[in-house]
Formats: sequence, structure tokens, C-alpha cells
Amino acid sequence: MSATEIGKTGTRAADTDPQDREAAVQGARSDPTQSPAQVHESRAVAMPVPSVRAARGAPVLDPAVAGSATTAAPQDRTSVSPAPGTGTGSADKRSGVKLAKISRTGDRVFGFLAAGSGVVIVALVLFVGIFLLALALPSLLANQDNFLTSRNWIVAGDQLRFGIAGLLWTTVLSSVLAMVMAVPVAVGVALFLTQYSPRRVAGPLSFVVDLLAAVPSIIFGLWGLTVLGPFLSPAGSWISEKLGFIPLFSASIDPRSSVFVASVVLAIMILPIVTAISRDVFSQTPRDHIEAALSLGATRWEVIRTSVLPYGRSGVISASMLGLGRALGETVAVLIILSQAAPGADFTPSIFAGGETFASKIANNASEFDSPSKTGAYIAAGLVLFVVTFIVNAIARMIADRGSAKA
Amino acid sequence: MSTAPIDQETLSFRRPSGIRTAKNSLAWVYVVLAAVLAVIPLVWVLYTVISQGYRLILTSSWWLQSQRGITPRREGGGAYHAIVGTVEIGLICAAIAVPLGVLGAIFLIEYARGTRAARAVSFMVDILSGIPSIVAALFIYALFITIFGFGRSVFAVGCALVLLMLPVVLRSTEEMLKLVPDSLREASYALGVPRWKTILQVVIPTAFGGISTGVVLGLARVMGETAPLLILVSYAVGINFSPFAATMGALPTMINSGRDQAPTMPGYERVWAAALTLIIIVMFLNLLARGIARATKLKEK
Repeated sequence: MSATEIGKTGTRAADTDPQDREAAVQGARSDPTQSPAQVHESRAVAMPVPSVRAARGAPVLDPAVAGSATTAAPQDRTSVSPAPGTGTGSADKRSGVKLAKISRTGDRVFGFLAAGSGVVIVALVLFVGIFLLALALPSLLANQDNFLTSRNWIVAGDQLRFGIAGLLWTTVLSSVLAMVMAVPVAVGVALFLTQYSPRRVAGPLSFVVDLLAAVPSIIFGLWGLTVLGPFLSPAGSWISEKLGFIPLFSASIDPRSSVFVASVVLAIMILPIVTAISRDVFSQTPRDHIEAALSLGATRWEVIRTSVLPYGRSGVISASMLGLGRALGETVAVLIILSQAAPGADFTPSIFAGGETFASKIANNASEFDSPSKTGAYIAAGLVLFVVTFIVNAIARMIADRGSAKA
Repeated sequence: MSTAPIDQETLSFRRPSGIRTAKNSLAWVYVVLAAVLAVIPLVWVLYTVISQGYRLILTSSWWLQSQRGITPRREGGGAYHAIVGTVEIGLICAAIAVPLGVLGAIFLIEYARGTRAARAVSFMVDILSGIPSIVAALFIYALFITIFGFGRSVFAVGCALVLLMLPVVLRSTEEMLKLVPDSLREASYALGVPRWKTILQVVIPTAFGGISTGVVLGLARVMGETAPLLILVSYAVGINFSPFAATMGALPTMINSGRDQAPTMPGYERVWAAALTLIIIVMFLNLLARGIARATKLKEK
């Protein structure tokens, strides 16, 4: 039974006037779940039910209403069908209609499956945290160094000495840099798409930006190392030559595989996400606000500054946080591009140095997961990454929720 | 009271002053530059990959042979083993993620709309969509290999990717179910059709286009993922169909295993050809999703 057929049946049944219905009830003997061939019979059986429910003062048949009542949903569901109950029973006697008993087994099984998958989803996320914590704990307890401040990573042998300070620095530095580069461009593109460009240009441009999101990260990594790195290295060398006295910009040995190059690639990777969300928010700016600004003689930029940007601010911030979360967890592109510091080398905070992020460290050493204590150390790093992305995403969601509540 | 004299300076019907016009033009330049800048990476990446990899994928052996017995110094061989692996991993993942995602969306929209349970599940889906792929891989590693004691396997990769595909499928299904008009559901209920039959035969068919768009987009996302492959399965140069084997080739790991080779080696060209193959598969899936979405668009009421 297709949707449109049922839709038609429904409207036709609703149009029927009372006499017509009475007459039709006489002939109705079929199960209401029959095919549309029996439209005339089934509509007759169906109709008395809503009227009975309305007479009892129960909610009208509206799935949205039924769904919003928290616990009443199952009971509501049974009343939807012609139940052999109060009013229907008398109608049965009068017209000789026999209503088929409808089995509720299917409903119960299906509802159980749906609720079960909801439970599975909740459990999955909880399990991620629980299992990572459970496996990381022994190694964390055996750790001789301070986990948060140490830059060592000695996980082989009996003595565990590891800390995340270096990883955390590179991860946060590269991701924040990527966000700082991506957000202004993304906002510009979103403004262009929603406020400036004709539809003829906006469609293909949106498409191109969306396709950018489809390129696998390993290809970005390969491209970043072989094409973008050499292209950017003169710029990097120039900056570190002029501003090298600031530790953040001090020169490095290999400018082609620096945090800077990784950040540019990450910025390209998060650009589509930030653009898509900003675009959606900007396009929802109330027409009234824009027209009010225009009627006051505002230029196009003033319209954007006074109505579009204030309206979309929370959306853009939330989009930037989501992009940051994506950049924090990006693995392969960073793994390919970043050069690791030689063991024992001094730590440099520069954006032109190499390094390792949480994700690239784990992926790089995946083949060494042989002893539980060693694996535990890497899982501890993964746990920190999980917690950091969790916090960033939760903040993004909170900002988005507050923004939408206000609007 | 006499009317105040109109100040010629404040009420002027001239065009906006110089600074305002300049700012306006500057803003225009800025957004156009941003738009141009946003197009460059895709064009550049595509140009690099196509120009370096097109030669090999035009040969039939690329699509029909594996890399068994072929060293980086030798020419020849193909990506058949990796394509098989990528597709198989995607299918394993979809087989688990699609039912779970669709049922989860049905739970959110049809059963628990507006309840606290729905908010909890929805929040968890948001968290799930933010989980880095490496964390998903570590979780499956912890569960399957450390706790259950299984070895590394293709199946484990599929399970890790479920965590990444599930939110995509669930969210797009949810959006589609929201668009299905309530009048259709009411009509079905009024005919005495039980709720589960209404969902399966009225709601899902109406939303089918949108759901398949989500599924295809999710597939495109997981097929390009590399991190779970690095942790949960070893790269194999030969053809393998078994989902429980510990080694299997896949396009991302094929790229990863060959990327350190010198640019003069024949193996280096195969890396780019594999990248091009992966892009072709993923782009095809994206275009397919777009086509389905356009063909089956539900009109909002």
C-alpha cells in the first residue's frame, strides 16, 4: 500500500457525510488493513473511531500530539485502531460490522527494536569512554612521570615514563591555527553565497565546497606533503627569518613538513563544515531585518554588519567549534605531513617545527601495540583526545542551542 | 511650536559618503576573494591527483590485478585487491550502521519525539558525530582485541567505521522523517493500520530517497577513512575476500604503504593512481547521493 494511496483514502473518508457513512457501514466487513481496492469498505470502518475518541474528550488523532505526550504513547496507539471498546461495540451490534482483532505483537516487536537501537547508541558512546578509561588506567597508575606535564614518551620496558604535554601542544596549536585560517574564509564564502552571488553562481560554488568535504583525508595529506609543503616553505622561511626572535615563529630544519603546513591542510579540510553551517544560518536571517536596514539607507556591507552577522553570530561560533573538533581529531593528513622530532631533540614551540599530535602518535605506533602497558599508554592519549573533542563539541552544541532559543 | 529647521548636513539624499562606499567595496572584494580562495584547493588537489595518476588507471590491469609479487621497483599490477577491500569494508559497515541508524531515527521521530529519552539519544548522536576516527578505532581495538581477545580483522574495521557512519545515516533519516506529512500517518492510522506497518509501508517509502542519500553519503565518508585501517588490519598486497582475515588491502592503506617511495620509482605512480581511484569512488558516491536527493525530493508542506 503506497503512501499516496493511503493519503487519498484518508481525505476521501474525511469528506464523507454522516448518511453516506451509515450506509457504507452496512456493507463493511473487511479488515481495515486491506488493500486500496477496498477503499469504500475500509473508510467506513475507520471513521467511527475518531468520533468516538472525540466524544470521550481524548486527544484527536495526531501523531505529533500523541508523540509529545511522554508516557501515553502506547495507550494512544491502541486507541487509534478500531478497538472493540465502548462506542464501537454498540456500533458493531447496530450495523453488524465485525472488526478483526489486530495483533499488537508487530507493534511491540518494532517498538522494542526502535527503542533498542536508541539504547545501543547511548551505550556505544558511554562504552567508548568506559573502555578507554578502563584500559588506560593501569598504565596511567604505573606511569613514573606526570601525565599532563611530561614530554617523555617511554613506553617500552618496565619503566613507563610518558606524558602528553608535547602532544597536547602540537594538537592544539595546529587545530587552533587551522580554525583561525578557515573561519574568516568560510564566513566570507557563506556571505558571498547568501548575500552577494546570483543563484546561478551560488549553486555550483556550494557544490564545489561540499565536494571538498568528500576528498579523503589521506589524499589531502599526500597533496600537502608533496605539493603544498614545497609551495609554502618559502613563505614559512621568510616569516621565521623576520620574526624568528619570537619562539612561536623560530625556524626549523624542514619547513616543508611543519605544523604550519599541517594547519593549512586542516584549514582546507574544515572549511566545508564551517561554510555549510554559516551559510545555513545566514540564509535564515529574517527578511524584515534586512529590509529594515536597507530602508534606512544602509549599504550592502552595513546590512550584513547590522543584521546578518549579529543574527548568525552564535551559528558561526558553533560552526567554528565543530570545525575545531574535527581538526583536533584528524589523523592521517597530519601523520603524513608532520615530521617527527628526532628522539632526544629539544622541544620547540614553533609553528615551523614538526611534532606529533595525539592522533598521529597513535596511528604511527599502531603496529607496536604488543604489551598491555604499552597499549594502555596510547589508549590514555586517545582518551585525552576523546575528552577534548567531547568538550569542544559540547560547547559547540550549547552555543548553537542558546542561539536558536534566542532567535 | 515651530518645526525645527532641517539640517542640510544630517538629512542628505546624496549617495553614501566616501568611507561608507569604500567599506562596502572592500567587503565585496573580501567575499569574492574568499569565494575564489575556497575553490582553489579542490581544483589544485584534483589536478595533482589526476595528472599524476591518470596513466595507470586507464590500463585494464589496474582494475583486474593485485599487487602480489610486485615490488616498488617493478611496473605493473593493479588495485583490484584494494578496491575489493574498500568496498567490502564499506558494505560490512553499512550492514550494521544502516539498520541501527534508521531504527534510531524512527525511535527519535515516531516513538519518542520530544521526550527526555529522545534528547539523550540525540545528544549522544551529536557526540558520536564528533568522535575522531582514531578514537573509534582505539575503542574497537580495546573491545575486540584487548578484552575479547580476537585478532585484528576486517570485521573490526567495519565495526569501528560504524561509529562514524551511524550519525550520518541517523541524522539524514531523522530529517527526512520530519518532512513526512502527518496527514499520511493519520490517514494510515484511521484505516486501522498498526503503527509498525504505518512506519514500514507509509513513512519509510515516502522518506526513502532521503534515507538512501544519507546512506550513500555515509558510505562515501567511511570508504575514505584511513585511521581505523591502520590500527585494526594489516595491509595485504594479495586478493582476499574473507571478512575475518587479519590482512586485507584497501585503497587508503595502499596509498599509505607506498607513500615513502622515491618519486622516480614505478611504485610512486601507483600511489597516485590509487589516490585517483579512491577519489573516483568517493566522488561517484557523492554525485549519486546528490542525484537521489534531487530525484526524490520531498516537498515541504
